[in-house]
Amino acid sequence: MHRFANPNRFMRLSQRAVPWFAALTVVLLGTGLYMALFASPADYQQGETVRIMYVHVPSAWMAMFCYSSMAAAAAIGLIWKHPLADLAAKATAPIGACFTFLALLTGSLWGKPMWGAWWVWDARLTSVLVLFFLYLGYIALNNAFDDPARGAKASSILVLVGFVNVPIIKFSVDWWNTLHQPASIVRMEGPAIHPSMLWPLLVMAAGFTTYYLWVLLLRMRGEIVAGKIRALRLRQVHG
Amino acid sequence: MDSLSSFLNMGGYAGFVWPSFGISVLVLVVLLVASLRSLNAREATLAQLQGGATKASRREATREA
Repeated sequence: MHRFANPNRFMRLSQRAVPWFAALTVVLLGTGLYMALFASPADYQQGETVRIMYVHVPSAWMAMFCYSSMAAAAAIGLIWKHPLADLAAKATAPIGACFTFLALLTGSLWGKPMWGAWWVWDARLTSVLVLFFLYLGYIALNNAFDDPARGAKASSILVLVGFVNVPIIKFSVDWWNTLHQPASIVRMEGPAIHPSMLWPLLVMAAGFTTYYLWVLLLRMRGEIVAGKIRALRLRQVHG
Repeated sequence: MDSLSSFLNMGGYAGFVWPSFGISVLVLVVLLVASLRSLNAREATLAQLQGGATKASRREATREA
């Protein structure tokens, strides 16, 4: 039973953490949505469409953050065989895929009125589309094996190889001449955005982060319970 | 009512702003509910298996006695 020692402690701790993340998410996203839709000004050039930023930018940040977390968890799972690391990577994948989908979709809804096109094959958009396919590939490969350990190993390698895409996404707007605008928050000179727009953006991003942690814990708990079910069924079959 | 309709109109960009927020909320809520339901279903299965296992071993014990 020593294999379950660590997950058991995780089950106890996560049970206590889940309500806190749930409450934080509701408060942050409630406040963030109010600020984004009511309290923040329209842009002098983009008008009301600038409000799309408050869901688009946090989604895109989370798309990259989830993938980086997955890569870190996959590396820890491969090197140290930490039983929770593989579960964390597996639990993160669908959340990251949802954020990436939202970044692409809201970007498209913002691109049409501002650029005049739903989609352009520019380096930023294309590399984020590749990120979306990496998430889907990870999920497919992870589920392709009867033995979860083999699925975790194969898909972890895929995530680590695909990690090369993350710096490409980040610097695509500097390396290539993209239609997508360059970074305006995380840059050496400080944010190039007025506080009246920066604050709603940061509150929404914080809410998306706590949402991720909340759903991550729920899904990891689900994976641990599924592992226990598998172990029990095996024991019943083999007596 | 004027301010409400102008708010909903989003400066003429209602067709872009509202779907962005609406679909984002929808996707996040669906993922959350799916994760919760799957966790609850698995916990129920585990409880059933564990309950069944104890019942089975109890039956076995009575039979042996």
